[in-house]
Amino acid sequence: MLTVILILLPLLLSLIIIAIRREKAIRQFALAGSLIEFGVAVAAFIQYKTSCHCNLLFTADWLSTLGVSLKFGMDGISLLMVMLTTFLVPVIILASFRHSYHRPAAFYSLILLMEMALTGVFVSFDGLVFYIFWELALIPAYFICAVWGGNDRIRITFKFFIYTFTGSLFMLVALLYLYFKTPLPHSFDFQWLYAATLTPVEQTWIFGAFFLAFAIKIPIFPLHTWQPDTYSGAPAAGSMLLAGIMLKMGIYGMIRWMIPVCHEAVQQYASVAIILAITGIVYASVIAIRQSDMKRLVAYSSIAHVGLIAAGVFALTPNAMEGAVIQMVSHGINIVGLFIVIDIIEQRTGTRTIGSLGGIAVKAPRLAIVFMIILLGSIALPLTNGFIGEFLLLLGLFEYSMVFAAIAGLTIIFSAVYMLWMYQRTMLGKTNETTEKISDLSWSEMAVFVPLVIMIIWIGLFPGLFLDVALPDVMQVLNYIK
Amino acid sequence: MTEIIILIPLLPLLGFLILGIGFRTIPKKWTTLIGPGTILLSFILSLITFINTLSNHQIFIFSNQHISTSAHQHIYTSSHYLFPWIHIGPLDIPFAFLVDPLSCLMLLIVTGVGFIIHVYSVGYMKDDPGFNRFFAYMNLFVFSMLLLVLGANYPIMFIGWEGVGLCSYLLIGFWFKNQEFNNAAKKAFIMNRIGDLGFLLGMFLIFTTFNTLSFEQVFAQAKSMPMGDATILAITLLLFVGAVGKSAQIPLYTWLPDAMAGPTPVSALIHAATMVTAGVYMIARSNILYVLAPTTMAVIGITGLATALFAASIAIFQNDIKKILAYSTISQLGYMFVGLGVGAFTGAMFHLTTHAFFKALLFLGAGSVIHAMGGEQDIRNMGGLRNKLPKTWWTFLIGTIAIAGIPPLSGFFSKDEILLHLFGHSGPMWVIAVTGSLMTAFYMFRLLYLTFFRNFRGTDEQLHHLHESPPVMTTPLIVLAMLAAVGGLLNIPEIFGGGSWLSDFLAPVFADAAAIAVPPVLMSPATEWLLMGMTLAGVGVMVFLAWNRYVKQQPQLLPDSARRPFPVKLISKKYYIDELYDLIISKPVLRMSRFLHEVVELRLIDRMVNGVGNMVVWTGNTVRFIQTGNVGFYMFIMILGIILILFLNILI
Repeated sequence: MLTVILILLPLLLSLIIIAIRREKAIRQFALAGSLIEFGVAVAAFIQYKTSCHCNLLFTADWLSTLGVSLKFGMDGISLLMVMLTTFLVPVIILASFRHSYHRPAAFYSLILLMEMALTGVFVSFDGLVFYIFWELALIPAYFICAVWGGNDRIRITFKFFIYTFTGSLFMLVALLYLYFKTPLPHSFDFQWLYAATLTPVEQTWIFGAFFLAFAIKIPIFPLHTWQPDTYSGAPAAGSMLLAGIMLKMGIYGMIRWMIPVCHEAVQQYASVAIILAITGIVYASVIAIRQSDMKRLVAYSSIAHVGLIAAGVFALTPNAMEGAVIQMVSHGINIVGLFIVIDIIEQRTGTRTIGSLGGIAVKAPRLAIVFMIILLGSIALPLTNGFIGEFLLLLGLFEYSMVFAAIAGLTIIFSAVYMLWMYQRTMLGKTNETTEKISDLSWSEMAVFVPLVIMIIWIGLFPGLFLDVALPDVMQVLNYIK
Repeated sequence: MTEIIILIPLLPLLGFLILGIGFRTIPKKWTTLIGPGTILLSFILSLITFINTLSNHQIFIFSNQHISTSAHQHIYTSSHYLFPWIHIGPLDIPFAFLVDPLSCLMLLIVTGVGFIIHVYSVGYMKDDPGFNRFFAYMNLFVFSMLLLVLGANYPIMFIGWEGVGLCSYLLIGFWFKNQEFNNAAKKAFIMNRIGDLGFLLGMFLIFTTFNTLSFEQVFAQAKSMPMGDATILAITLLLFVGAVGKSAQIPLYTWLPDAMAGPTPVSALIHAATMVTAGVYMIARSNILYVLAPTTMAVIGITGLATALFAASIAIFQNDIKKILAYSTISQLGYMFVGLGVGAFTGAMFHLTTHAFFKALLFLGAGSVIHAMGGEQDIRNMGGLRNKLPKTWWTFLIGTIAIAGIPPLSGFFSKDEILLHLFGHSGPMWVIAVTGSLMTAFYMFRLLYLTFFRNFRGTDEQLHHLHESPPVMTTPLIVLAMLAAVGGLLNIPEIFGGGSWLSDFLAPVFADAAAIAVPPVLMSPATEWLLMGMTLAGVGVMVFLAWNRYVKQQPQLLPDSARRPFPVKLISKKYYIDELYDLIISKPVLRMSRFLHEVVELRLIDRMVNGVGNMVVWTGNTVRFIQTGNVGFYMFIMILGIILILFLNILI
């Protein structure tokens, strides 16, 4: 039942919020609502941990003649994704308070609608329902970026929409094809889709279609060119939703059904996918070194980081897969933190161009400390969340191929290069006319960062809770691989 | 016992948290108490741990001479399990500490020397607005270093390993308004990270080979591996890359001279006594793996020797008091690696210990000089400070004699132990090493003479400002001077009638390695005396040459802009290595970055993507005209399609 509440609650909230007039009330309502949603997710987590591995299943008939059912549930991997989503949304909402957007009701309504769609993606146990939520998530994302975005937002958002939508269509085609290959009577239920019998050629085609859809979403090199523009053009909340949560849909999709459904093709083409992912790591890292826009730099660093996650998924070893799962969570936390920092700097100085900033640490030591901690998480310093993920991913990749791991490992050097460069040029040095009036974080702004910082250190110090939750289901996915 | 051991790193961490959270509100008095206080407590607890280990050890020495290795390992080693950290099936990395003679020795150095330097810092940083922040970082550093030393497996060691790198970054760039300093800090972190990648890959290979990362289990399995095993070779080489980065050896040493941008106590603690020796500690810790890889040992020996000589030659022509000491540190670390390379693990650890004393002393002495000179670091502008700074002068003299290897001060014994081993290993290598130690004597006495002898060469203002440092700074100097003087007693060789206490103490750690490795060449006492005599005579000559050049005559001190003969210019420009790295690494990466972004990303990939989009639009516009509404035409297309499908079916 909790699973259904998790989907319905944000939907309900997003509808109610439209009726509210006062901006302050809208914000408080959105925050309170999203916190309740997080509370429900925590309750689900506790129930999952304490009672049996019942997957918190909920099933209801829907279009039963077609074999479509409303089947929702959570295994360990979906649970972590839901926790991530419901944890980040209140943070994103709280971080948006500093802006007074026009039409606030619509803005917060769309965020909550997005939360509903994302949760739906992570808890669907039915292929068609999964697809519906997957596309549904695109709509609020599109409007948030297109209405509240920066310059050139229409063109950028259009490209983003078309690009990812095209990918999704390939997934739809593959899904329908798969449906007809399921045992009679056909069904979109995941278990049935897993059981579809496919010839090697069919597997390759389906793999190709899925890979395209997921790889665009993640994005994997060379399908990434929508991403830097979109992240930098979107409003802060939009970038956070996209980078923090939405791209995890792609990785989640790969783990959830690309591997089980076309496991032979996955094994066959794993090395190709890893080579693409690793190329992306080095490529995006090198490009990030010279970016002058903070947001764009983080966007490219994100391509490198998720490239490593994707490479880990295809390494198909328990360590790498666990690393991928935990790094999805960590990456979400870190990149949201970075985007909030950038947003604060941009709002106070009017720019996020690295060259015109400097010396912020003199004026805003609290911001400097918070930025440093998040940065350390994202460059994978031990005892932060980033290290656990990257250690496991690189170890798993090493088990697959030493050379691949060595090349992918360059990310720990490159990330230090560009992140420390950005930090040095913006936070350190002397203040200038742009930065000399910057004020430090207020207590309400600290409230945004405190949960993020706690999670960065918690996952870094005690990753066991998160690793253990996902492990049985990671092993189950890997069981499909001989 | 476990509680005590957990408290050793926990106290500095607590200090860091208190100072870090309240860095703007805590009064200086409290910081003075918390900063050094937590380290003092850790030191006392380390002493207790040490005594405990020692008493267990004595039992072993006196009553169990004949028990098997595994049994005595049990006696001297204690593991302390804290909590599970990363655990996925066979991958089990607990948060656990290992206490044995080797980690005990390091504990004492880190907390002991650490405490002395903390006390000194109270005086040195007195007027700095970042006083609290400084001690917060310093406490965090000691915490990380203790994790590095205490870790019972490679990943825990790696936490400390990267942690000290972070603290080094934070402290080099402590005065962060200066972008030069920030550049130095960033360079240090990045060069360390290059090494860290090696360490990381080494760990992965250890895991895939032994299925564990815990020291005890890895070493127990490694014992039975064949000599010269290829996997062990790869593991040891990868770990050594990590050591090269952390301990500033060729080719990853250029960050250390730049790191002198940090406050001087930082240079003493991090960039001389503790962090930079982490590489030596790590290899000594992994001794069994290394003795099984003779090729790696040769690589280590040659790298160490080359670094020792190379850095010493640069030090001769430097004029910045801290830079000279920095190159000297690189050179002395080279000697430690030479020791490791020839299997003289105890010798390397011995030199690590004495070096921690005398180099911390020299840096703090330099700090006292800089303090007195109002920030001046160029020894060409000093001179005659003997009378003005008597305590600094006497202690600095002791440090200089110790590092130059003149008996009976500590450096003589530790360096001699390495040199003797080296001679048994290879004559030519011994000659090179001795040449390096002659250079050491020369540049150190040059530094001493130029700073403290003849007339003052600075400005009148500086002369007026000159003053001896307060007791809070000179007392640490005196304590360290005593340690530097008598530190050699730890391991006096037999020919001096000594008991080789340190060798005995550390013997259990290196017992397995000693059983596997080629036994050291036994030398007659006559040879030993001869070698020692030759080295000493050489050192004496160097001291005299330096005296002749810088005290007896008016020293010839060229300004930076002066023309120099080519070889001198080459060396005084540090062989242009920084420029070389810039040319072959930094610049190409930046060019590559630009190329990938402007050409590949924007002109190639993105245009292709847009091209596909445009093509779809174009196709749509074109195909639109096929929709004629003519049913006959649709039928025709449909039949054509069916035929095509059938045809393809037959073909496939």
